[in-house]
Amino acid sequence: MTVWVNGEAREVPEGTLLSSLLESLRIGGPGVAVEVNAEVVRRARHAEHSLREGDRVEIVTFVGGG
Amino acid sequence: MSGIVDKPFTLAGVTFSSRLILGTGKYPSHDIMKRCHELSGTEMVTVAVRRLDLKATGEASLMNWIDRNRLRLLPNTALCYTADDAVRTCRLAEELGMSKWVKLEVLGDEKTLYPDVEETVKAARILVKEGFTVLPYTSDDPITARKLEDAGCAAVMPLAAPIGSGLGIRNPHNIRLIRETVKVPVIVDAGVGTASDAAIAMELGVDALLMNTAIAGAKDPVRMAVAMKKAVEAGRDAFLAGRIPRKAYGSASSPIEGLVE
Repeated sequence: MTVWVNGEAREVPEGTLLSSLLESLRIGGPGVAVEVNAEVVRRARHAEHSLREGDRVEIVTFVGGG
Repeated sequence: MSGIVDKPFTLAGVTFSSRLILGTGKYPSHDIMKRCHELSGTEMVTVAVRRLDLKATGEASLMNWIDRNRLRLLPNTALCYTADDAVRTCRLAEELGMSKWVKLEVLGDEKTLYPDVEETVKAARILVKEGFTVLPYTSDDPITARKLEDAGCAAVMPLAAPIGSGLGIRNPHNIRLIRETVKVPVIVDAGVGTASDAAIAMELGVDALLMNTAIAGAKDPVRMAVAMKKAVEAGRDAFLAGRIPRKAYGSASSPIEGLVE
């Protein structure tokens, strides 16, 4: 199935967990926050959140700003 | 300065010994930014929330250059144009930073970067209800400042001039009116170009200053950070000291009597 990660299409197996997607991208730790379909998914729930076809995943971090 | 006391700068129950808040954007390097943070004496720095670059390898994370033992993080909603986007950014910032303090910034125009005050007030109401400590960037309008205070914001942060413009304090009268209008701290955010601007803002009686470009964009940012520290302290002391009234004519400083003849 296709999910959208930071605006780019990505093929993942059906029912992929959010935590698995992040692992495959080598992303983890406290430096990122994740939204699925514009709702924050708390870090503690990444391993129980299954993705669905067409989900929009946003992975953000802190950058320099004023 | 023995015997000279000032009441500490307190924001949402947290006491700061520095009245200078800095940004983390546009510095020539992370190393220079870190030096500026150290030498300015700042205790709080703003950060932005953006998409992680998934292609970047071994990214030199900004957070490696921020001393979190000494500096409180203030995530912003920079370049949000609607209340909804700003609220969404604040929720992400909370997940990232483990804190509910946010600099709310909802812009109305890409050219001037002026705030959309209607959307700002709307976002502030939602965020306060969700338990955020909201520090809103706003125009220099005292009525909007009052609405933001009524919405439960922990401070109001009027602009002195457009973001990054370095035009200085364009409307000191309005900044003073805002200081008289609200009880929450007033933090001048945006527009300062050089140290004298910072001193002028503090002389108006505001509680603190937030700046980024004036330091990050200076030819020697580290030296400007030092200058800003001194200017903020000088301006604050001058405000507390109370300036002399302006007079139309000269008034001799030396005695008129006793001149030799």
